[in-house]
Order: sequence, then structure tokens, then C-alpha cells
Amino acid sequence: MNMHTFIDFIMGEMVIVSFVIFIAGTCGRLLWTFIHINKTENFIFSYLSFKYSLRSILAWLTPFLPVSSRKKPFFYSISYTFHILLFIVPIFLLSHITLFEEYLNWSWISINDTSADILTIIVILCTLFFVTRRVVVKEVKYITRTSDFVFIIIASLPFITGFLAYHQLFAYKIIMIAHVISGEIMLILIPFTRFFHMFIAPIIRAYTGSEFGNVRGAKDW
Amino acid sequence: MQETSTKDSETDTKVIDEGVEKGLKGLTPEKIELVINQVLKNETGARLKLYIDTCMRCSLCADACSFFLSNDRAPEFSPAGKVKQTLHEMIRLKGKVSKDTLRNIVRIAHTECNVCKRCSMYCPFGIDIAYMILLVRRICHKLEITPLYIQDTVNSHAATMNQMWVKEDEWIDTLQWQEEDAREEFENLRIPLDKDGADIMYSVIAPEPKFQAGLIYQSAVIHHAADINWTMPSFPGWDNSNMAMFTGDYEISGRIAKAHYEAATKLHVKKIVMGECGHAFRSVFDVGNRWMGWAMPPVDVIHAIEFYHYLLTSGRIKIKDKFKETVTLHDPCNISRGRGLHDKARELVDMLCESFIEMTPNKEHNYCCGAGGGAINCGPPWKINRMVNNREKADQIKRTGAKVLIAPCHNCHSGLEDILHYYDQDMEVKFFGDLIFNAMDKTIYKGGE
Repeated sequence: MNMHTFIDFIMGEMVIVSFVIFIAGTCGRLLWTFIHINKTENFIFSYLSFKYSLRSILAWLTPFLPVSSRKKPFFYSISYTFHILLFIVPIFLLSHITLFEEYLNWSWISINDTSADILTIIVILCTLFFVTRRVVVKEVKYITRTSDFVFIIIASLPFITGFLAYHQLFAYKIIMIAHVISGEIMLILIPFTRFFHMFIAPIIRAYTGSEFGNVRGAKDW
Repeated sequence: MQETSTKDSETDTKVIDEGVEKGLKGLTPEKIELVINQVLKNETGARLKLYIDTCMRCSLCADACSFFLSNDRAPEFSPAGKVKQTLHEMIRLKGKVSKDTLRNIVRIAHTECNVCKRCSMYCPFGIDIAYMILLVRRICHKLEITPLYIQDTVNSHAATMNQMWVKEDEWIDTLQWQEEDAREEFENLRIPLDKDGADIMYSVIAPEPKFQAGLIYQSAVIHHAADINWTMPSFPGWDNSNMAMFTGDYEISGRIAKAHYEAATKLHVKKIVMGECGHAFRSVFDVGNRWMGWAMPPVDVIHAIEFYHYLLTSGRIKIKDKFKETVTLHDPCNISRGRGLHDKARELVDMLCESFIEMTPNKEHNYCCGAGGGAINCGPPWKINRMVNNREKADQIKRTGAKVLIAPCHNCHSGLEDILHYYDQDMEVKFFGDLIFNAMDKTIYKGGE
């Protein structure tokens, strides 16, 4: 396989494969989760309340409503920013949208390149903060394992390589390949690793919110 | 800047608990491995897997824990840190845990966590860390390494259906003794035993007949003056407490709660009113029912706060003289985080007292008294540790500057008295019942007035 066919592959079929694995893996794991709950602890369903699930999830999505977030405003500001940008930057990046338009004829609004560039730097700084926190803050360090650093690296690589590629620093082609592959790895890994917290967290939140709100008449934030 | 409490020392990790030591002696590596894996495989399900697989180890739970705060933010006292040293260690080693590690695990799970669920409110995902610590206690129970004193309480529950080895005749005798005394104040006062079809069954925890019989006297007066159609069972099932729930002895725990519901159904009462206790409320309102397959309790269960609130707002009890001294209020975990009764408690304070000062943090965010979750029941060997681990609570109380502390829970009451004494704080701890008894107009309510 020469360089061009390899690049064509990772920017063509591999993108599709990554999305298929991501979507199928996510659906599969969610389905398995609900089957597992039903098989082992189906009482959970009898306590779930739509109203209190939603109340809890919305309360925790509202910046600085939870007491926890007010106690750690710096951490939560960075965490909120990081998590929002993790989605916004890749989804609304012009060059990503251009690729979608080229292959699938889909397009949507984009953010301009300068803004994207700044936002990418912010994401990278956020990941640096997370790494530093894991090394410096003693209660975080105490429970940190190697995999926690690996997650941060995996999540940051598409942004670091994207930033380098956009500015055409170093070997553009290699960086570009690294960018595409790291993005695909991230996508593929979501259903099979703790990245899946993006889907499980609302489920746990819903259950805890229901227990606190519906059974115990208390707030959980 | 607030002055911090004067006494300070480190948690002693070398405390010897005879029950734990005796249990450890009888264990073999094979048995340890077998029991741990049996519980993990057969008694856990989706919840544990989701909690373990989803925790991002952010440590935001740390600031929720008064043990962590009381120990100068030592990481091993953070909720996630405690899970790492206990449950995670068992999972990581696939049950091949050494006796020394088990000794540590018992200490952490039983004496360094009040299973108060405050950390669930600081975890952005709402992971129930208390559930995981209780799971560790379940494993310790099955390994027979539960701390001596709390195990003795469970043994009492198993043998007598009450936690204080109170015999049936002693129980009845105590009630009749209190009735007789109270009849000096009210000629026709009764503590009606086994009255079929009464509106409410009033239940207490066993320490009341054992050494706080005056509380039963007060209750009898309150019920009588409010003209309540009430009863107390003369037979086992009268004690609403449940320490087995905290040792992971779910079989005994289920029997205790079942006896309690059955007492109520045998007497055909409309509802159970429980005295001022938090953990007992958790058992009857939230835990025992689940063990028996009821989503919610099979009989209506009312905590004393709700009951008193009703008596005062309905005019059944009239307050003659409000309490003059400034009071503060401790929200017990099991009826605040556990039942949302903090607002009613404040309304009660308002009806009973002239001056009130808030403790911060409060309501759902209040710190546990440090005695809860069975910690105080682990007994004298662990008392100094409990005091050290409660520094944050002592400071929180001190900041109020109040002279009287209302604690509508027995566990909290005893635990708070301990820390006030240890940290040389001059403060009196009271139940709502004490305040009502002293402030009420002691005439008998007549309907329609």
C-alpha cells in the first residue's frame, strides 16, 4: 500500500468503519447495560422516575447550580469548557464539514478557523490542567492509575495533531495521518472504555436523582 | 478566620478489635477468596459494574467527606480513596486478600465511613459510594470479621428482636412504670399496649426502655395531651432500630424490619410513627421494605418530626412558652438526605424556639454526626478515632455559637454529646420531644376547639 492509498483509506473507509464501530458499539453497550440491569437489579426500573431523573440531570448540567461545582469553581469551569469544546470544535470545524460535504453532501454551520484555533489551544490547555491536577493534588494522585493518563492523552491527541496540522508545523503529512488516526481511535474506543461515561453518567444520575427525589424527597446536588 | 478546635491527633490505625481479631484467626486464604468472590459474583449486579466502570477518578467526592476534612485532607480518607483501599483491592486481587489487608478494610468500612451518602451529592455522576462501602461490610460479615460491639448488637437483634437485650417482661414493665409515673401529671393517661385498630403505632429504639425511659414518658404525655388514638406493641417488633442493616447482615436486618411491619399489621394500625431516630427511619422507610420486595414500606411510616409538625400545626398541641435560648439544628442524614424533612424541622424550631441560628452546611448538605452508619456502635475501642475523625463536625457546631443543639436522632444525639465533650464545647443536646414537652400547654386537646 503506498502513501496515497493509505491516506485515502484512513480518510475514507476507515472513517466509515470508525463511525460504524462507534455507533454500533454504543448501541450494543447501552442495550447490554439495560439487559444487565434487568437481569440483575431490575428493581432499579421501579424506582426510576422521569421527572426526578430529568430534574437531577438538568440540575447537574446547569453550571454552578450544584454545591459541588460552587465549591470548586475553577475545576468545574475548566471541566465544563473542556467537555463542551470536545464536541463543538470537531463537529463545527470547517475542514471537517468540508469533508462531510465532499463525501456525503451534508453540511452545517461552522466556526471560523481562527476561533477554532483558539478553542483548540484551550482544549489542549485543559488537558494539561487535568494531567497536572492528577500529579499535584494529593487526593487525586492517590486514586490515579496509568489508564487515567492514557485517557487524557487519547482525548488530547486529535487536538494537538489538529493544531499542528492546521499550522503545517513539522512533517505535515505524518501529522495529518496521526490526526486522522488519533481521531478514529478516540471514536472507536468510546464504547469500550471509560470514555463511555458520557452515556452512562446520565443513567446513574437518573437513578440517583430518582432515589433522592422520588423516594427520599431530597435534592441531590 | 474561625478558631479551630483545640484537640487534635491522628487516626490510630492500630486499634485492636477483639471481634475482628477472633474472626481473622479463623480464616484461611481459601475461605477469604471464596467468600469475597461469592459475594461479588452472586450478590452484585449492574450497579456495581456501572459505578466501577464509570468513575473517572476525579476526586470531587473528597470534599464531601467529613473524615477527609477532619484528617487534614489525607487522601486515604476521601470516599474514592476508601473504595480504592477496600472494594477495589478485593476486586483487583480477585479475592486473594491478606489478613492484614482485611484488618484495614474492616477499619475503613466500619469506622471511617458513616454511609451517609453525602458524597453521592458531590459526585457529578451521582455514584452511590455508600452502597459500595456497605457491600464491603457485607463481605466482612460473611467473613465473620465484623467489629465486636456492633456484632453484639446484631446478636441481640437476632435473639430478642431488639438491639439491647431487653426482655419482653422488662419492656412491658418499663412502659407500665412510665405510665404510672405520668399518671401523676395526667389522671387518665395510658400507654395503650396492643390496642387493636389504633390510628398509630408508636415505636422507639431499644435504648429508650433500656436507659432513657424518660423519653417514653414524654411521648406518652404528648400523645395523651394531643388526644391521639395510639398504641405500642407489647411483643417483639416494638424496636424500630436495625444495626444489622449496617453490618451487612441482611438476613437479620430483613427479619427486624419484617417484625416491625408485622407488629403494625397485627394491630391493624393506620400508620407507624417513629421516635426521633434516623437510622431506624432508614431501616423502616427505605431499606427493610426493599429486602422484603416492597418498593415502598407496606405501612405508612412517619418520623417524629412529621408527627410533631402535624400536632403543632393542627392545634392538637399548643405551645405555652417558647424556648428562650438560642438554638441550632443538626439535620440527621437519614431524615434530611434520607427523607427531606429539614424544612419541616425548621418550621418546628420556629414554632418552639425564640431564637435560631443556622449551622452551615445544612439541610441535605449537613455533615453526619460522625456516629451514624453504625460507627458509634463499633464501641469503645474506636471512640478516640471517632473523635479525631469528627473534628470538622465539632468546628461546624462551634461556629454557630449556639448554646443548645437540637438533634432529632438518637445516634446523632449520642455522637454529638461525645464530640462536644471531647472538644470541650459547652452545649446542650436536645430532642424536639424535650422542647415540646417543656413548652407545651399540658391540657388535653378536645376536637372541634
